Amino acid sequence: MSSANLIPDADTAVPSFYLTDEPDHAEGGSTMLGFWIYLMSDCLIFAILFATYGVLGANYAAGPSPKDLFELPLVALNTAMLLFSSITYGFAMLSAQEGDKRATLIWLALTGLFGLSFLGIELHEFHSLIHEGATPQRSGFLSAFFTLVGTHGLHVTFGLVWLVTLMVQVGKYGLIAANTRRLMCLSLFWHFLDVIWIGVFTFVYLLGMLR
Amino acid sequence: MMSTPALAISPIFGRLTLESFPLHEPILLVTFIGVMLGGIALLGALTYFKLWGYLWKEWFTSVDHKKIGIMYCILGLVMLLRGFADALMMRAQQAMAFGANDGFLPAHHYDQIFTAHGVIMIFFVAMPFVTGLMNFVVPLQIGARDVSFPFLNNFSFWMTVAGAVLVMMSLFVGEFARTGWLAYPPLSGIGYSPDVGVDYYIWALQVAGVGTTLSGVNLIATIVKMRAPSMSYMKMPVFVWTSLCTNILIVASFPVLTVVLALLSLDRYAGMNFFTNDLGGNPMMYVNLIWIWGHPEVYILVLPAFGIFSEVVSTFSGKRLFGYTSMVYATAVITILSYLVWLHHFFTMGSGASVNSFFGITTMVISIPTGAKIFNWLFTMYRGRIRFELPMMWTIAFMITFVIGGMTGVLLAVPPADFVLHNSLFLIAHFHNVIIGGVLFGLFAGINYWFPKAFGFKLDVFWGKVSFWFWVVGFYFAFMPLYVLGLMGVTRRLRHFDDPSYQIWFMIAAFGAVLIAIGIGAMLVQFVMTFVKREQLRDVTGDPWNGRTLEWSTSSPPPSYNFAFTPVIHEGDSYADMKRRGYVRPTSGFRAIHMPKNTGTGVILAALSTVMAVGLIWYMWWLAVLGFVALLGVAIHHTFNYHRDFHIPVEEVIATEDARTHLLAAGA
Repeated sequence: MSSANLIPDADTAVPSFYLTDEPDHAEGGSTMLGFWIYLMSDCLIFAILFATYGVLGANYAAGPSPKDLFELPLVALNTAMLLFSSITYGFAMLSAQEGDKRATLIWLALTGLFGLSFLGIELHEFHSLIHEGATPQRSGFLSAFFTLVGTHGLHVTFGLVWLVTLMVQVGKYGLIAANTRRLMCLSLFWHFLDVIWIGVFTFVYLLGMLR
Repeated sequence: MMSTPALAISPIFGRLTLESFPLHEPILLVTFIGVMLGGIALLGALTYFKLWGYLWKEWFTSVDHKKIGIMYCILGLVMLLRGFADALMMRAQQAMAFGANDGFLPAHHYDQIFTAHGVIMIFFVAMPFVTGLMNFVVPLQIGARDVSFPFLNNFSFWMTVAGAVLVMMSLFVGEFARTGWLAYPPLSGIGYSPDVGVDYYIWALQVAGVGTTLSGVNLIATIVKMRAPSMSYMKMPVFVWTSLCTNILIVASFPVLTVVLALLSLDRYAGMNFFTNDLGGNPMMYVNLIWIWGHPEVYILVLPAFGIFSEVVSTFSGKRLFGYTSMVYATAVITILSYLVWLHHFFTMGSGASVNSFFGITTMVISIPTGAKIFNWLFTMYRGRIRFELPMMWTIAFMITFVIGGMTGVLLAVPPADFVLHNSLFLIAHFHNVIIGGVLFGLFAGINYWFPKAFGFKLDVFWGKVSFWFWVVGFYFAFMPLYVLGLMGVTRRLRHFDDPSYQIWFMIAAFGAVLIAIGIGAMLVQFVMTFVKREQLRDVTGDPWNGRTLEWSTSSPPPSYNFAFTPVIHEGDSYADMKRRGYVRPTSGFRAIHMPKNTGTGVILAALSTVMAVGLIWYMWWLAVLGFVALLGVAIHHTFNYHRDFHIPVEEVIATEDARTHLLAAGA
């Protein structure tokens, strides 16, 4: 491989202007960076939803306020589900690094179950809110609340679809380079959703109860 | 809460009825028949000459960044004709609709036209051209063989096409929004716009927006990861720098548009209260959010144009760019400042003196890095051996026109002045002054500059000059009167006037629009004449302008792999440096080259997105669900394809490179 340090002082000597012996471009060399940039754009989506909630969050329109609606114990349980799912995903990644396909799949399945229970609890919460008349149409606050929390839930749903797809692929083709790269991407995505949820929990639920 | 409009919604056809087809509007009907006949002729010709297989295999499914770039430019050109047709109709209407004369456009139609004109020109003309040029040029300038994610690139392009198809569809099925190009609520809410127009607007932009965001991610990753060895950031060509900043802006602003349109659709479809007047909604929230996207958007458009001018000025002055480092920093400063000025679009919101002062000052501050750029270009020309080729002519026209537009911009940045001029034709004149004079002239400079790289022959100079002069003179005739009218107090988007003293100015503006029409016509003739005279205009060297950056070191058009060997660079103007130090093109030692495979998945995904969008627009819920499920299915299916690359056999590389050696020898 030629090196860039070969530039001589005199202009007469011709340095090398191309690589004669080229290493094959590692496939997916940009994937992690690209996925990270995508995540940041997704983060911006949540940022705007948080900002919208910040502006509209107190517009109750003579309807219910957070204190009337939120059940913190349920939300705490929900938060625990999502945090556990992050831990189990971490274990899945450790197993994948050791090349243990069976353990990886088991941990992924556990992650999926935790994610599913998170979604179940969230849907239960939404259902009871709507049942009480606190519908997304009721006020600016509720529109912003349902949209922020619901967008997070939608992301978890897509994460689950992705998780199942990836489990099939790992099961079928094993822990090949392409699959571990995909596991890494989903890992970023999954932990990212966790971080967003911490924001939702603090900003929407805890601060909402203080209002 | 808004009451749901009492429309019968069929379970199968949704809101679509026979009335949705504008059979009673003669202008639309004639256009429709014209488009149909033209379309049938085109499809017939493609079938007759058996081009479908070629187009599908070599273009539509191609992941080659050069072909995708060219397809983006073709899309931009086609949509330019549509957007300009709208402009001509508006100019004609405003020139004649005085007093008793009602003009030829009913209000219902006129409102759609000014909305469509803005949407098309920004999203489906300027954006495709900009993205297309970045796609074509950036990998070549950094010595790469393709972008980081070639399939994603193809998918992004087709999503942009899908958005354009939806806008075009609204012309003949239903109607387009009557709200102005940013669709402010409450006008765009379901109460005041119960028809499909705003829904066409929303879904066209959402579908195209996915493509734009992903192409932004793609190009950032490409610039960060795929540069030739030893091309440090400060050795990148300025166009690559401006592209990097533009794509950062895209990724950091388009999600805002996505959210704000999603919230508007929740208001419209689900009866929520984000931007409504009652139940805790806040319409100004929409205006703030959309301009948080919208202001960076204008820099997304103009930064690549600045990059093009930098390349052109340096090449045609035969000099290194003056103040490269300051150019890079100016670009970065503009990138950051573009996020801090959004409120100047609505000083009249009434946010108070301190807020307005802050945004007024940040807006004026932007003119400092921009001014620095103008001086850098001037100093590059100073004592250069300037060649007045077409790209250079557009650049000089830009420098003069853009400075005028910039100064009226600084004027508008003064809040008290803005209170007088807000939403007046002065504003319209200002932004056309910077977008046409900055972005469009830049794109024309870029097209004239890189056309020989893309096709292997230069563009015809005579018709290029005709187009240039009609465009530039036409621009001044069309928009200078609008400054006057704005100062006289005329507001934008009006269809009819009572005060006859305006009329002369509108007639001058209409005359200017006709000159521009001739300019566009001459541009089309330029393409045709170029094709006819291509053998005379051919360039075998691959370096027709004595270029200074890497794209000129390979053949024109470049082989699919761009460079037989990955270049190593030593200085900023790398190819100028190579030529100066006696670079000899390698003629042996070739190897097989690793490249991505073509795929039709991008076309299919974009088509399914269109189907889903049509379902959502017309309330054909089954179609929307079907489109969505199919979309998900195809996407998942695509992830099961692990074999996405291949090697170009060494024999093929040798044959291609030997052919070039032969050509170069024959040309010398």
